[in-house]
This record gives sequence, structure tokens and C-alpha cells, in this order.
Amino acid sequence: MSERILSVLVEDKPGVLARVSSTISRRGFNINSLSVGPTNIEGRSKMTIVTELDAVEQVKKQLNKLVNVIKIVELDPSMTIETEVLLLKVSINKDSQTSVIEKASLSNATSVDVGQDFAIFELTGSSKELDKFESLMKPFGIIEMVRGGRIALQSNL
Amino acid sequence: MTKDKLSGAELVIRGLEHINVSTVFGVPGGAILPAYDPLYDSPIRHILARHEQGAGHMAEGYAQATGELGVVIATSGPGATNLITPLANALMDSTPLLAITGQVASDAIGNDAFQEAYTVGLSMAATKHNYLITDASEIPQILKEAKYIATTGRPGPVLIDIPKDILNQQASWVEPGKLDLPGYKPTLEPNPKMVQQAANLIKKSKKPILYVGGGIIHSKANTELFDLATKFKIPVVTTLMGRGAFPDGNELCLEMPGMHGNYTATTSIQNADLLIAIGVRFDDRVTANPSFFAQNAKVIHADIDPAEIGKVRDAEVPIVGDAKSVIKGLMESLGDTNLDTESWISELKDMKSKFPLSYKQEDKGPLKVPYVLEELQKLTKEEAIVVSGVGQHQMWISQHWNFTEPNTWLNSGGLGTMGYALPGAIGAKTAYPNKLVLALDGDGCFQMTCQELITASTENIPIKIVVFNNGNHGMVRQWQKIFYNSKFSASELTHDTPDYVKLAESMGAIGMRMMEKSDVEKVFNKMLEVNDKPVLVDCVVDPDDMVFPMVPAGGSNDQIIMNKEDLKNL
Repeated sequence: MSERILSVLVEDKPGVLARVSSTISRRGFNINSLSVGPTNIEGRSKMTIVTELDAVEQVKKQLNKLVNVIKIVELDPSMTIETEVLLLKVSINKDSQTSVIEKASLSNATSVDVGQDFAIFELTGSSKELDKFESLMKPFGIIEMVRGGRIALQSNL
Repeated sequence: MTKDKLSGAELVIRGLEHINVSTVFGVPGGAILPAYDPLYDSPIRHILARHEQGAGHMAEGYAQATGELGVVIATSGPGATNLITPLANALMDSTPLLAITGQVASDAIGNDAFQEAYTVGLSMAATKHNYLITDASEIPQILKEAKYIATTGRPGPVLIDIPKDILNQQASWVEPGKLDLPGYKPTLEPNPKMVQQAANLIKKSKKPILYVGGGIIHSKANTELFDLATKFKIPVVTTLMGRGAFPDGNELCLEMPGMHGNYTATTSIQNADLLIAIGVRFDDRVTANPSFFAQNAKVIHADIDPAEIGKVRDAEVPIVGDAKSVIKGLMESLGDTNLDTESWISELKDMKSKFPLSYKQEDKGPLKVPYVLEELQKLTKEEAIVVSGVGQHQMWISQHWNFTEPNTWLNSGGLGTMGYALPGAIGAKTAYPNKLVLALDGDGCFQMTCQELITASTENIPIKIVVFNNGNHGMVRQWQKIFYNSKFSASELTHDTPDYVKLAESMGAIGMRMMEKSDVEKVFNKMLEVNDKPVLVDCVVDPDDMVFPMVPAGGSNDQIIMNKEDLKNL
């Protein structure tokens, strides 16, 4: 099954995220990623929902029934700019320090904080790039990691 | 004299009057108390239910009988949680309902205050939409919006939660303005291309079936449906929620298909080459196992809710739109087409006479529900609004009662809520005081909401209740008999506790009892003579009777169990 990306324009009203996520879980649908944030239009937010469902049509229809959901567009992956942000805290010591920093910089990750025995990196990129960076850091000991959820825009719209 | 500022509570009552609400059902309590003060002085009639679930079903009964908005009021916490069942029920059966609940004061929300429940969260999956009011000045506009959402598109329940401080907050009345709902635009007019495609399929069909349901009734499209079916000679099956959308007794009417549908209705779908499905949702009680359902048929599926189309069964022609407009469009596109369905109709006619619904009432034997129903209908001359509970009696009513008009059959179809009949009938009778309203209930169902008999007595709502008393949860017993080797675990209720006659009398109603065939006409005549009080008839019936035909859940509609003998082949 291939991934499907839904871009959902919603009214910025209290509870709208709860309505969307409740509808998704109520119908037994799984999601890989969900992110939400403001748009350039006042009073409107956009959610990016990534799922692997064959039943994506049904998800769209059920979400469309929500009064606060204005528009749902399924993005065509071949014409979509997609990105995600990651913060990763990795342990370092005298031996590993150089190697960690070198690998991070080759991955285009930015170091945002460095302590005695840890470093925090920020990386923005495709989910694949983020996955790759995570596996590069794994041998050094990842202390904590958080990913921000995927966001996407179609490039030809 | 008009005040410059009104309280939030006054805005609620004035707002309800503004959206033409004349009757509300409810139970007061702490958080909603401010609203009950101006309600006392309002022309709106308030029916005091004995439980919020009852109040909710009353509002549903009112809405199902009239096709208009039903309104229920409850307090915070348990008042609101007791409403969850009617809300979920209304969502399943697409009943336009407005619930107004009190909430603890804004600054107490989230603090586990006394009688606090997270009503908006709890009701989210049981409503079409809901609101938490944060400023009293919003109230008139939100009431207008709520009514619009509840009654348009696919109707459903809307809840408005109002904190107590907002009910006491002073604000000006601002005439509700234009609605701003960018995400809510129901499609009423069907796409003409799809209608044309549907008409093309109909023209080619030799064995079409109109498979219609509650959508016809919500859309008030029964006249259009009648014209379509009779002009082009297309047989009609009416689902549980669609009974009355097309008149029983018409030669094209095959009545109810499905799990306990009659043989011909269920089989007509299996043998059809085209299903013209309008305002139905391919419920599992109709389709049984969908992979065996109507395997030879192409499907035209018209519904106002796009999410229903393709949910269970893919449609060759999907049409989103209001049933009335869809049917009008089909009539136009079909023009003077002559459909040759004569041999199809005669095939179905033969089937009807070969596989009729049957029951056997012995002169001295225990009463059978179908017999009692047919006798009652003879005496009431098809003029009644019939409200039922859920289970065996519900299926028997749907099978044996002759429904000729929409909105005369009220029941809980989707959620299957036992206890609907009595409060539902109170709601219907409130809307139509001059009509005969019958609550035909099971004893198990009746016991779930029977305190509302007090509401009927004290509010002078003279409904008639027949409790089909088999001393059991009859449908549970039937399943235990068939699928659990007659191990009757927790399904027995007893025939004589409570004594329904005494119970009725203690609640201000008149109680009667029938035990055998010779009682039936006599007791019903007595029941029908009473017009100033609710009457309850304890109708003691055979606990071992079973509803047939039957298609076991998940089975194939090609394998219909017609009677007890067929069970041996299971």
C-alpha cells in the first residue's frame, strides 16, 4: 500500500482537532502522521494527514461531514513538496564527539545545543532523510527524539 | 416592555421561540436552572420527563412524527450523560434533534466540579455537530445555526452546552443574521449527468427494484416515489426506517427485506438486475453478508450523504442529492419510457403467494403477537401512529402492520434502543394530540423507560400502550434457542413481576390485561374508548414464539430460514 496525503482546510475553532481525530479513530482508520497549524488565511488552519489506507475515500467523506471541515484535497505525491522537522538528542563523549558532529553536518542537521555529554540536532527534510539521520545517530545512543509531523503543499496549485 | 439587556437564559428561550420551537422536553437541574426561569413565562410547552433519556426519546418521537426539529433540555453532568443514548439514536436514524444542556460555570470547567461532565467531548461522536457557548451574545445566532444543521442535509442531532455563568450573563438580543458555515453545504440537487446515467440503466433493466428507506421520509418524497414506481411499474422494498414511504397493499409494494424481512422482499433483491437505492445505507440488517448481497444487480445509489455511497457496496451510478430532487430528475429523464417489468412483477407475485408471512393462533393456545397486531389494526383502521421498542415485537409490527403513510411508524432502527416506544409515543402524541398514538412495546423494552408513564399521566398525554409480555427478552431468547443450544442465560424476566395493570394504575394510567384469544377484541375496544388517560394493556403472549423469516447475522440472503423446521438444517 502506498501512502496517501490529505491536506485538510478547517475552521480554526475550539475542538476541531478533536473532531478530526475522533472521526478518524471512530471509523477505525489508522494514520501515520498528523500535523496542524495556521494558514495565511485568518480563521483557517490546515491539517496534513498521512495514511496508508485503501479506504482513503471513505476517510475523506467522513471528514467532509464535519461542519468545521471546509475542504479536503488529496495531494499527488509526485507533485508534492513535503517536509518534516526533527529534534534529536544524542549522547556524546570524547571518542564519539567528532564522528557525531561530522555525520550530523553531512546530513545537514544543525546543532542547536551541546552539553558535556549530549548534543541536540535539528533537521528539516523529507521523512526518509529524517529516518536516515535517526539510523546514523542510533549507534551513538539516542537519548530522546521528537518529530513534528509531516506537512505538505502541492507544487502546481 | 423590552429590556435593553437579557440574560443568557432569556436569550435561550427567546431564541427558541425565534426558531419556532413550541414544545420542549426536559428535566431541570442545577446548571440549567437559570433557563427554566424564563421558560416558565414562555408560551413554549415544557414536558417534564422522569429521566433525561426519556426526554430525549420524546423529542425524537416528536421529530419522527412531524419531520420537524425536536428539542430536549437537560442539566450538566448526569443530565447530559443520560442524553447520550437518544443523541446516538438520533444520529443513527437521522432524526433532527436539538439538545440544550447546562454546564458548570466557565471558571469551574475542567476542575471536576459538582455535576461536571465533558459534555462536548462525550457527545462528539453522538451528534452531527455540537457547541460550547462562551459568550451569551452568541446564543441567538448559534440556535439558528444549530436548527439549520439539525434539519438540513442528512438530519441529525446537534447539542449546545451552556455554562451556568453564561446563562446568567447579560447581553443584547441581536437578530440572528446570515449563517456563515463554510464547511457545511449539503448537496440537494443531483448532478443531471448521473441522473441521466441512472435513467439509462433503468431503461435497460428487466428486473429493477426500488430499494428505499428513511431518506424518502426525511425528504417528504413519498408522493414522488409513488409516481415513479407506479408509472414505470417498478416493485418497491421499504426498509425498517422506510416503512410507510410506499403504501403497503399496493401491488408493487414488497414491504421489508433483510434479517427478518419477508421472503419475497429479500429474494427480490437477490434476483434483481438493478437496485435503485434511494435514501438507504445498505445496513447489515438488510444486506446480511454484503458479498452475497444482490450479486446479479447493478446499483444506482442516491443519498444526500455522500459518505453512504460506496461505504458498503460500490455503486455503478452514485448520485448525491435529496431524494425528492433525485426522483423528480429520474421521472424527467425517463420521460415516456415503457419498462417491460410485467413478467418480473408476476414472478414476484407468485413468490408472495408461495412464501407468505405466516403464524398460527390457536383458539385455546397462548396469544401470538402477529395475531394480536392484526386484530388491533382492524379496530384502528390504519389511522394510528405506531411507535415500537426493539426486538421481536418490533419485527412483527414491521412485518404485519399495514403502513400506508410516512411518519406513522416510529422506531429505533440503527441503534436498536430498547425503551424507545413509550417516550417516543409521548413525543408523537404531544405533536398530534388528536391522532391515535400506539406504543407497541415488549416487556423488556417497557421496563427500561416505564417511569415515563407518569409523564404521560401527569402531562395529560393519553397514549395507548400495549406491552407484549412474554416474560423474557424475546429476541435474546430466540438467539439463545437457535445459536446457544437453548441455554437461556439472563434472558428471563418473569410474566407477573411487575403486575403491569397495577403498575399502570399506580402511575395514573388505566391498566388492562389480555391472556387469550377471546379477550383480544373486547379489551382493545375498551382501550380505544378511553381518551382522557393513558391506557396500558398487558398482553400476555407465548414466550416460545420466534420471528421468521430469519437470515442469521453475516449469512447470505439466499439462505432464508422460513420456520422452526428449517432450523434443523442449520
